[in-house]
Amino acid sequence: MNILVCVKRVPQTGGRIVLTPDGQSIDTRFLGHTISPHEECGVEEAVRIVEKEGGTSAVLTLGPAEAEEQLRDAMAIGIDRAILLETGGTEWDPVSTAGVIAETIEAQEATNGEFDLLLFGNEAADTGDYQIGVRVAVALGRPVINGIKEIWFSDDRREVLARREAPGGGWETFDLPLPAVLGVKEGLNLPRYPSVPGRLRAKKKEIERVALGASPSGALGLGAGEDAAGIDSAIPGPTKLRLRLPAEERTAAEVIGRGPEAAPAVVDLLERIGVVAR
Amino acid sequence: MSGAVVAFVEHAGGEADRLSLEALALARGLAKLLGKPLDAVVLGSQGEAVARRLGSHGVGLAHTASDARLDDFAPAAWAASIRDVIERRSPAAIVAAGSERGNEVLAHVGACSGWPMAANVVEVTPGDSWKLTRQRWAGSLLEDAALDAPVRLLTVAPHAVAVDPLNTSAPAPTITRFEPELEPADLVARVVGREAKTSAGVSLTDAKVVIGGGRGVGSAAGFAQLEQLASLMNGAVGGSRVVTSLGWRPHSDQIGQTGLRIAPDLYVACGISGAIQHIVGCKAAKRILAINTDPDSPIMAVADYAVIGDLNSIVPAITAEIERRREAGRPST
Amino acid sequence: MATLPDRARAVVIGAGIVGNSMAWHLARLGWRDIVLLEKGTLPSPGGSTGHASNFIFLTDHSKEMTAFTVDSVAQYRELGVFTQTGGIEVARTKERLQELTRRVTSSKSWGVEPVELLTPAQVKQKVPFIDEDVILGGIYWPGVGVVDSLEAGTLMRRKAQELGALTVAPGVEVTGLDTENGRIRRVRTDSGEIEAETVVIACGVWSPRIASMAGASIPLTPAIHQMIDIGPVAIFEHVDSAVGYPIIRDVDTNMYERQHGNEFEIGSYAHRPILMDPDDIPSIAEAALSPTMLPFTREDFDPQLEDALELFPEVVGDEKAGVKLAINGLLSLTPDGNPILGETSEVKGLWSAAAIWIKEAPGIAKTIAEWMTDAEPEIDPHGSDIARFYDHHKTTQHIAARTSEGYNKTYGIVHPSEQWASNRGVRLSPFYEREKELGAEFFEAAGWERPYWYGTNERLLAEYGDRVMPREAEWESRWWSPIINAEHLAMRDRVGMVDLSAFAIFDVTGPGAAAYLEHLCVNRVDVPPGKTVYTPLLNGAGGILADLTIMRLAHDRFRVVTGGGLGMRDKKLFTDALPADGSAQLFDATNSWTTIGLWGPRARDVLSSVTSADVSHQGFPFLTSKTVDINSVRTLASRISYVGELGWEIYVPIEQGLRVWDALWDAGQPHGLAPVGIGTYAVTARLEKGYRAHGNELELDFNLVEAGMARPTVKDADFVGREAYLRQREAAPVAVLCTLTVDDPTSKSGVKRYMLGREPILSTDGKPLVDSRGRRSYVTSAGSGPSVGKHLLMAYLPPDVAKVDTPLLVEYLGEQYPVTVAVAGSTPPFDPDNTRIRS
Repeated sequence: MNILVCVKRVPQTGGRIVLTPDGQSIDTRFLGHTISPHEECGVEEAVRIVEKEGGTSAVLTLGPAEAEEQLRDAMAIGIDRAILLETGGTEWDPVSTAGVIAETIEAQEATNGEFDLLLFGNEAADTGDYQIGVRVAVALGRPVINGIKEIWFSDDRREVLARREAPGGGWETFDLPLPAVLGVKEGLNLPRYPSVPGRLRAKKKEIERVALGASPSGALGLGAGEDAAGIDSAIPGPTKLRLRLPAEERTAAEVIGRGPEAAPAVVDLLERIGVVAR
Repeated sequence: MSGAVVAFVEHAGGEADRLSLEALALARGLAKLLGKPLDAVVLGSQGEAVARRLGSHGVGLAHTASDARLDDFAPAAWAASIRDVIERRSPAAIVAAGSERGNEVLAHVGACSGWPMAANVVEVTPGDSWKLTRQRWAGSLLEDAALDAPVRLLTVAPHAVAVDPLNTSAPAPTITRFEPELEPADLVARVVGREAKTSAGVSLTDAKVVIGGGRGVGSAAGFAQLEQLASLMNGAVGGSRVVTSLGWRPHSDQIGQTGLRIAPDLYVACGISGAIQHIVGCKAAKRILAINTDPDSPIMAVADYAVIGDLNSIVPAITAEIERRREAGRPST
Repeated sequence: MATLPDRARAVVIGAGIVGNSMAWHLARLGWRDIVLLEKGTLPSPGGSTGHASNFIFLTDHSKEMTAFTVDSVAQYRELGVFTQTGGIEVARTKERLQELTRRVTSSKSWGVEPVELLTPAQVKQKVPFIDEDVILGGIYWPGVGVVDSLEAGTLMRRKAQELGALTVAPGVEVTGLDTENGRIRRVRTDSGEIEAETVVIACGVWSPRIASMAGASIPLTPAIHQMIDIGPVAIFEHVDSAVGYPIIRDVDTNMYERQHGNEFEIGSYAHRPILMDPDDIPSIAEAALSPTMLPFTREDFDPQLEDALELFPEVVGDEKAGVKLAINGLLSLTPDGNPILGETSEVKGLWSAAAIWIKEAPGIAKTIAEWMTDAEPEIDPHGSDIARFYDHHKTTQHIAARTSEGYNKTYGIVHPSEQWASNRGVRLSPFYEREKELGAEFFEAAGWERPYWYGTNERLLAEYGDRVMPREAEWESRWWSPIINAEHLAMRDRVGMVDLSAFAIFDVTGPGAAAYLEHLCVNRVDVPPGKTVYTPLLNGAGGILADLTIMRLAHDRFRVVTGGGLGMRDKKLFTDALPADGSAQLFDATNSWTTIGLWGPRARDVLSSVTSADVSHQGFPFLTSKTVDINSVRTLASRISYVGELGWEIYVPIEQGLRVWDALWDAGQPHGLAPVGIGTYAVTARLEKGYRAHGNELELDFNLVEAGMARPTVKDADFVGREAYLRQREAAPVAVLCTLTVDDPTSKSGVKRYMLGREPILSTDGKPLVDSRGRRSYVTSAGSGPSVGKHLLMAYLPPDVAKVDTPLLVEYLGEQYPVTVAVAGSTPPFDPDNTRIRS
């Protein structure tokens, strides 16, 4: 089973987000970075599948040069190789991002053979665009389903089965022929921590770098996807203008009591707001 | 070219989903700004019944496709249906709920059409170039963005827009039935199996009362007392990310950025310090009661009410008090 | 938000381990109306206490730091939060193996026992997962352990609250400190204001920021210390207790490792020093984990992982054990590596309790609380006194330079004489260029560059041959030269000239000056003008605070001269005691005067050839001072000696200093004048004369009777410590300061070895000597005695062995050497009758 997992480098935010003065990005001077949580599970899943099924795993990201850190994190827990689409630091819109990832996957497959499974995070923690995996899948003409929290394969290994939570509880199962694309969610597994030997091995591995240039502006069509999706060109967007913090809704909580002695006051409150019948 | 605003309405059990009603509210305001009609797309065999009741939400024209293959979630097929409406109606915008399904379906529409899609929008201003505000970081951060395309695709952030009050005197919308052309490829990704939820009771997203437990609960066993209290209020129990990571609760019970976002009437946060990743999941609750040993924990900044102390003695005391009053038949003063 | 009282007797800012300990000890000593303010939440507010590794090794080469730590462990034990685990330092190099023997001697000197050297195989027995082939040996302290510092803080807060002494206010941020007439008056916070006469800053890495609100300076910098936690480690799964193995310090790679549960923590001081501006520390709200747990910078740590993997292949190499936590933790670094304690020089009533590690926090808090209560701390904190800093020490550049340099010394092998390399050349005497030409080897004191010896005096080596007591071993030859001893002999034979610019000089003037000084000094200061007085200063308990000389220049005019090292601390002692009525004033004249020492049998010949003043023994008696004109410069000469020779300290206006230096130099050439360095002045000549030095023999821990400095009579005038001093004179001494000679310094391998100080003195059967107050005998000062031909040691000994000719042992670098008590008391080994000084 050959698997590619696409990840995004995101800051590890604290209790309050601080923006740069120009409002264009988060001030990350004192923040670490990590793989976006859903994709961390994607990485873990790719490693587990290859451990069980054989094959190879690769990780891909589009981001600044520093995203090498996240690729090495992925390799530290067992991903075989890594591809870095270097942006030079500017944020790419989801249409352009998906376009260049689809192109890269086609190029990769032309030399290394087809990926049986592409794993994406359901949505990136930072931008929350909810569309990269779907766009790449459509561009490549492969089936895709999001929100996946469990993955297994048919006995003949030609199909992937995947479960997601149904609205209101319970599970829905999907059955996609390979090659396929899945958007996964946290809960899929509990990602392992990298071991020290894993870290040291990952440090020595090569990373395939592709320089993308400063920004996605300009005619960036869907490239690889044109034929499959039958689209002439794609319109990039949405276009970020600026970031801002929501108005703070800080209220002083009304302390209705301390310790178990507060129980009657609490029940009075529950009755008042109507969640406990009087 | 109608220039209408078309809302995609999800439904279950013959009722439009709450998040779809929120999306309808935003769509209705948008249509008003544009001076254009508000349409709805409702799919599946129950769709028409749901659509008929959307007049009270300002919908004038409802596009319904009763193809049973659309009953279950099949994102590509749902998207194909919406694209069918786009083709026929040439709307200005498609507005869907910022639900898991809404986002996924609109992503398909965007991918197939080559148009951009903006997820989790809270505000839109149409113009030569449409300006919108959308959520990042699950709402901890806002992005002002421009969205330009022949048809604007956007989903509405959960619990960011109030559902419009019902206008019961409004006429039922005109129903236009259509039969989308579904390719086999559109039906590859569709539900092939279904498993009912294992736990009885109300779901976290539907419950009017949610009791959340954090690290302060202390163990998996400690959640029994939360379950007991929740059962007295027909509530549901969830947990913070710590709790699901520690395996004290199943991951599906996680409330927060990478889990569920809930909007109950009351959220009782027990032993939860209130990391931002958790707060984005619960802040849509009408009221928050925090039970925490630390009066200065961040949860207090979003809580309406607080009880200071150890939840492990307070929660059983509340349960006992409710039961005592029930037995007594009358509340104390 | 807490409701704050309007007033408080004391406000402690910061509820980490230090602030909690401060609150408790103040309460214990009877303070009431204490308020503990904390910006963050309790029990873990977000400072270094929350992420520090919490293990405690007891031995430091510094007596003061070890005392703080030993006291702290006793307190932690009493609180029930200390878990003894044992601790091992391993050596990967031969040099480190020698250092471990030095660690043994320090442990014995400070009473941190048991302590044991281990072979690699013995280390392996205690730590089965270590690769013993990587190490050459180890040192083992069973008493090492880990502490729950958050629980300790909670317990101490609770105890203070139970006394009704403490209000705890978390979630309150200090926004300002108001002062009035140089005193702290008020703490402003985001929750209201508190009037307070005493404020303690226990804010860790934020301390400089808080102090600056009052215009005070706490010269520390936040710096990053990296640590990671890996687990679950398969071979730890069977470990029953939380900590089942000794804590390891892999000191040669600047790392520590400890098992806890099924995890393994690795910390490092090896990477480049990463300093931060206190203003750049993220707020609690902004921080991802806590403000002092910053994102891990892996490139700094990767080399350390290789080292850890080499030493613990089974643990660190466990493929199933993951890196669960990796942080850059903030800690406080200071320019000299010591904590910053005591009342700030800038603001009365504003106290610093900063740059303190968990291992020493309760002991230090107890000390500061005692200091705040009656200025009689049990442990002498002079090495950590905030008043030690000169202004240049408080500059950002100095702090950055020295903390960067000092960071990697955390686990380094630091020679007792090791000099700083960075930010040198700050204070230069007028003679600096001349000294450079003379090949001076400069050591630093109080920022001054002082020649320790002169390269051009190498010519003297031939003259004195083996009398310079050459050193064969590299360790003792480091920061040393036989030229020191040659200069010593040349001075004793002829005459030497010493640059004494580092003196701190305070002029005290006014109608009340005599009475004011009389109250501070043990010896009579109200002497006729022209007289020079040497006197100790005591605290109320009779502990020795300082020793210095005072010249009476006129009826209302005195000059106080003290060593540069603690010059600013002494200045604060004097300034704090100034009469409120303004009848005496103090002017810091340090930067107005330079000083040249001229000593030796031919000193008079030299001086008389450049002045017309009467410098005869009758015309210029010992312990007098007077104006002496030298080559048109009006100087103040004081006939006194710290080297035991005839001669003078000559005080010269600083801009005319070079003119006097040159005049003396030229006049001295016919008399064989040699430039003489501080190596002679402060060590060899002093030891031969049995002169005591502050910080070595003179500390709060000792009294004048024990130091052999009690004079036959006590002056009638009252002075600080008089009552205690009188009692000490009545009682039989518990210890007697003695001078010992090393009988034979030859080691087992046939190399002559010379102790450098702080080694334990043992009975002939190798047992430590402990006096009835529990104090161990150790070498307070050590050095060559070229004129007596012996290596000299000073030590306080219990009275039963403080007898001339008693044979004893000294332990040095793992071997024991025979020594003999040469002098019990203050009689000088060289020229016991002081005929030279009085000639």
